[in-house]
Order: sequence, then structure tokens, then C-alpha cells
Amino acid sequence: MSVEAPEARMSVAELAPDTTPAAPAAALRIALVGNPNCGKTALFNALTGARQKVANYAGVTVERKEGLAHGPNGETLRVLDLPGTYSLRARSPDEVITRDVALGRLEGETPPDVMICVADATNLRLVLRLVLELKQIGRPMVLALNMYDIAERQGWSIDLDRLSRELGMPVVTTVATRKRGLDKLLVAVEAVAGAAHEVPAWREPSAGELRAAHAEAERIRKTCIRPPSHPDTLTGRLDSVLLHPVAGVAILLTVLFLMFQAVFSWAQPPMDLIKSAFDHLSTLITQVMPDGVLRSLICDGIISGVGSVLVFVPQIMILFLFIILLEDSGYMARAAFLMDKIMGGAGLHGRAFIPLLSSFACAIPGIMGARVIDNKRDRLTTILVAPLMTCSARIPVYTLIISAFIPNRAVWGFASLQGLVMFGLYATGILSALAVGFVVRKVFWRGATEPFLMELPAYKRPDAKNVAMGVLTRGKIFVKRAGTVILAMMIVVWFLSSVPGPPPGAVGPAINYSFAGMIGHGLEPLLRPIGFTWQIAVALIPGMAAREVAVAALGTVYAVSGGEGATGPLAGVLHAHWSLATALALLAWYVFAPQCAATLGVIKRETNSWTWPTVTFFYMLALAYAAAFATFHIAQAFGA
Amino acid sequence: MVVQVGAPSAFGPTEALAQGELERRLLEIGFVEGAEVEILHEGMIGRDPIGVRLDDMRVALRRREADAVLVRVQGAYAEAAE
Repeated sequence: MSVEAPEARMSVAELAPDTTPAAPAAALRIALVGNPNCGKTALFNALTGARQKVANYAGVTVERKEGLAHGPNGETLRVLDLPGTYSLRARSPDEVITRDVALGRLEGETPPDVMICVADATNLRLVLRLVLELKQIGRPMVLALNMYDIAERQGWSIDLDRLSRELGMPVVTTVATRKRGLDKLLVAVEAVAGAAHEVPAWREPSAGELRAAHAEAERIRKTCIRPPSHPDTLTGRLDSVLLHPVAGVAILLTVLFLMFQAVFSWAQPPMDLIKSAFDHLSTLITQVMPDGVLRSLICDGIISGVGSVLVFVPQIMILFLFIILLEDSGYMARAAFLMDKIMGGAGLHGRAFIPLLSSFACAIPGIMGARVIDNKRDRLTTILVAPLMTCSARIPVYTLIISAFIPNRAVWGFASLQGLVMFGLYATGILSALAVGFVVRKVFWRGATEPFLMELPAYKRPDAKNVAMGVLTRGKIFVKRAGTVILAMMIVVWFLSSVPGPPPGAVGPAINYSFAGMIGHGLEPLLRPIGFTWQIAVALIPGMAAREVAVAALGTVYAVSGGEGATGPLAGVLHAHWSLATALALLAWYVFAPQCAATLGVIKRETNSWTWPTVTFFYMLALAYAAAFATFHIAQAFGA
Repeated sequence: MVVQVGAPSAFGPTEALAQGELERRLLEIGFVEGAEVEILHEGMIGRDPIGVRLDDMRVALRRREADAVLVRVQGAYAEAAE
């Protein structure tokens, strides 16, 4: 940092036109750094608007968010939003990215010309130490005091000139949500951009150096900042209720119940709409196109594949609406606090609760929601167990088999036996998810227990525009990135189930003659020990597209029309063909089976590797086989 | 008031975190000698984790980690204790 920087702040307006070339050959690169919850993303959104690109950094799951901003003279600036951190001593993959970009040593990433350190103006204690640490990197830097309106309203008095002199960098006040101070910020950025870089002197600080930096930050804070005479007590008052051991938990459960309801039921109308739109499209094409492989590919492969991707979008957007509201308001940290002990018992992080809960609707938004967990191993464990939660796609399979085999009678006077079986299936899913999480964290990844240490940020009103932008971004990312993988898998499943076609004059359903039929027949000896018939084996292949497809596939294999209805003729046919032991084994199978190409596809995208979908597939398959085997033989022993 | 950060813990050093690492993390989140702390919230099960006021911030942590922070009771509480 040049010594002229403090003056630059006073004279940026005059300086700017000379220091910025009219048409820069290479746009100025700006990186945003700051503590978590400082409004960094809001500032990024305000600077770049819709001109954003979200991708992954090569080889890691960390998101890279870059956007274009217009400078004060209409020039284009590239803005990079780095993950929030308290220190350059990186502890999570996200923080490693922040450190390496800031130090300019991340391969494939051009080092930033200027860094903007974003600070919550009402909470400067920790960020001042980070600023002192960032200064050692030697890049030109500007401090943005964001949420300045809140600081003013609360009565903070900050001597900006003094702060700028003490830190040796321009200090600009901003209100990202109202786009205030952005021009001044960019003018300041361009003014320091030309300053000579100093030799980077950063190295990992020792505990003693951290203490010294704290002391220096504290001295600066005391000389430049006067806290309000009447501190804001809203957060304290809210927390005394929301973090109350009993009331707090009750409120959290209410919030979670509402969220679960929303993901489950609000999403239903748009999902039905998408489904029927694609069905109509499919019918339309069936009418205009001649029968054949091409029509089958378009209707049953591509259209139903695209439809099955888009049908998840409402659930994903509703879930992320809740997640972003919880994050931005500051409640997420409280939810993690309240849930930490329960989840911690299974080796999971407190924040894993929300992704796992939403996995009851569908594992796909749940797996995407695991991003709220910072630690890599905690996030991976959550992703691995999320598909064990009973998703809504299992319900058609469960209801079909239960209605066909479990008598509808009351037990203990009030509970219906069918309902009890359904409850048992849900409970098995939850318990096995916790058990698998426990095994993964305590056996395979032992000794990596991350400390639970986090700031409880002050409550803030979420900004509608930022929330909307966040939700839209999630929807777009899903369609663009996970969607392509899911679509490809759907087409593979279609191919297996319809090629080759039945020979002329063939009797019986076409699927019998396809690869799926051959695979099913081939698998039958393997599945016989768990009580499955060859018809079940065949239905399992198209069932890979989505669990509920297995119901329709069973209908096809048994050549029953109207197989979708749970109490329809299919239930009767199954009752006639299967023993009770087979039916129970199939239920046990479906608690665990990795019968969902979309889930595997989204795991691939979220973990950025084929390792984890492969691991998920085989561990779930092993559990499913073992559970079905045990169920079948125990049931047979009892004479079922 | 915080007297010492990174005090030897009764739990012993956690397997993953060397003593010095936990000390630095505590420092980075604001536990520094001289800071004022006050326990505000306790979890439902085993009164764990805890939420503390740390000067003008709020921080949540497990008792296991909090054990590495040595504090001295002061002010009105200290007088009441005597």
C-alpha cells in the first residue's frame, strides 16, 4: 500500500479521470473479501446486478462468483466475490480459495488488481484485524464500511478520516441494499489501482502475532470508533426467546415444519403444471409423428427427461427461498446452535439439519442445500446420508405395496396398521441416515471433529432483491449444471428400457425384449435370495430414472393398465403373484436402494467428482440388499 | 474477563486440533485476553453448546472448546461471590 493512499481518499474525485484509461485493454480486477455476514454478497449483487457468472473453481466444490460492474466513467470492471473468512489462515476449502486468490497463487486465476475489504459497519472488531492481515499481502486495498445506514441509525460514530489514516487505505461508506456509496467506492478503487504493489509479506501468523494484531486493531478501534451510547438490544431480546432451551427449540421446529410443508405442498401445483405441460407436449408429438424409435426417443427419452429435470425446480427454489431467508436474517446460526447437540451425536454438523429435513421432500434440493455447511467432511457426510431420508418419490411405491399386502385394520384400538408400517419405513430411513452418518464420521473420518465455533450475527431484515436473486441463481445453476447430467442419465435409462424393440408378433410387454429386460432376467438369480421375482428385477431398471417410475414399470411388466393407482388392479395382481415376504423385502429394499439417477447426478455436480455418486450408489445398494435379505428370510421364518 | 486463551483443557487436546490451532481459532473469532465474556444461552441437552457475549459480539461454541478459555469473574459477580 502506498503512503499516498489516505490522501487519495480525499481527492479521489479529481484523481479518478487521470488514473483510469478511457478504454482499458484489460478490465480492472477487483476481489471482495470480508468476514461472513458482512453484506459482501449484497454489495457484489449491487455492483454487478444481473451480470454474474457462477461456476466452480477448478477441482474443488467452492463456488466462484464473478460479475461485471460499470466504473464511474462507464468502463468495465471485473468483480470477484470471495468466500467470507475471519483469517487468511484458511481452515475450510472456501477459505483456502480466498487466501490463494488474495495471495495471487491460485492457478488459473489472475490475481486481483485491487481488493475491497467489506465490513459490517456495526461490527468492526474482527474485520479490523483481518484488514491488518490483508495489508501484508501488499495489494492496493479499499475498506468499504457496509450497512452504514444501520450503523448511523444505531448511533455509531466512526471517524472515517482517522480510520483511513490509521489503516493506510481509503475508507468508503456503502449501503449495498440501497446502492448507496457504490460510485465513491469504485472511484476509490480506481484511484488506488495504480499504486505500486508491495512485496507480499504474509505468512501464517502465530498465536502471539494474532494477539499483537488484535491489540493493534483494538487500539485503532478505540481511537476511531465510538460505540452508541444506547446499544441496540433487539438481537439480545430476540435471542432470549429464540435461543431459549425450550421456547427456542419449539420455534425452530415450527419454522422447520413450515419449511417442510412448503417444500412438500407449495411446490406441488407448479410441479403438476410442469408435468402436465410435458405430458401434453409428448402427446402432441405422438399424434404428429409416426411410430418408431425416433418418436420414442423424443417422447419417452428427451421430453420426459427434460420434464423430470424441470419438475425439481419449484422444490429447489422454495427450499432456497427459506435457506436464504434464514441465512440473511441471521437465524441460520441460531438453528445450528439449537440443533448442534442432536446432530453432533450422529457426527453431523448442526447445520446439516436443514438439508436433511428437506430431503424428506426430495434428496436433490437437500443435497444442494448441504452448501450451508462449511466444513468439507461435514458437507460430504450430509450429502451421503441425505438420500436415506424418505423422499416423496418413495411414497407411491410404499402406498402400492402397503395397500396390496398390509391389511387395513386398527391396532391398539386407534392406530391403523398401514399407517404404522408407513411410519416404520420413515423411521427406518431417519435412523439409518443417523447411523450411517455416525459410522462415516466416527469410523472412517475419525478425529476430524471440527470445533463448533461461530459468530451469532445480529438479526437483520433480509433484502427482497438479494433474496430473489439468490433463489433465481440456485434455480439456474440446477438446470444448467445438474440438469445436463440428469438428462443424460434419463436418456440412458430410456435406451436400456426400449432398445431393442420387440420382435414382430411378440406377445408380452415390449420391455421384456429390451436391454432392461435382459439385465432384469440376468439379475434375477442375484435377486432371488432376497425374494424378488424376475418381474421386479426388470422393473428396477426403468425405476432408476425415478423411484415412482418403478410403479408404472411394474404395471407394464405385469401388463396391467392403470397401474398408477395405488388401490387399482395392480395391487390385486401383485397380491396374487408375491408372497408377503417378497413384498416386505421390496419395501426394505426401497428404504435404502439408490434408485434415482437424478440424485446421483446432483451428487456428481455438488462434489465435482464421480467418486461420491459411486460411493453412494454402492453403499446404498449394499444396505438395500442386506435389508431386503434379512427382511425376506425373517418374514419367511415367521411363515409370511 | 478472559484471562488466558488456549489454556490446557480438561478434555485434553482434541484429536484433530493441536492445542495451538484451537488457540488461534479462538483468537480469530475474538477470544483475546482482556475481553469481557458473559454466558447468555445454554443448549437444551447437557447445556451445550453455549452462546456467549464477547465484548459487543455474540459467539456460539461447544463447552469442549470453551474449556480452553480461562476466565476470571469480576465486577458485580465477583463481589457477590465474596
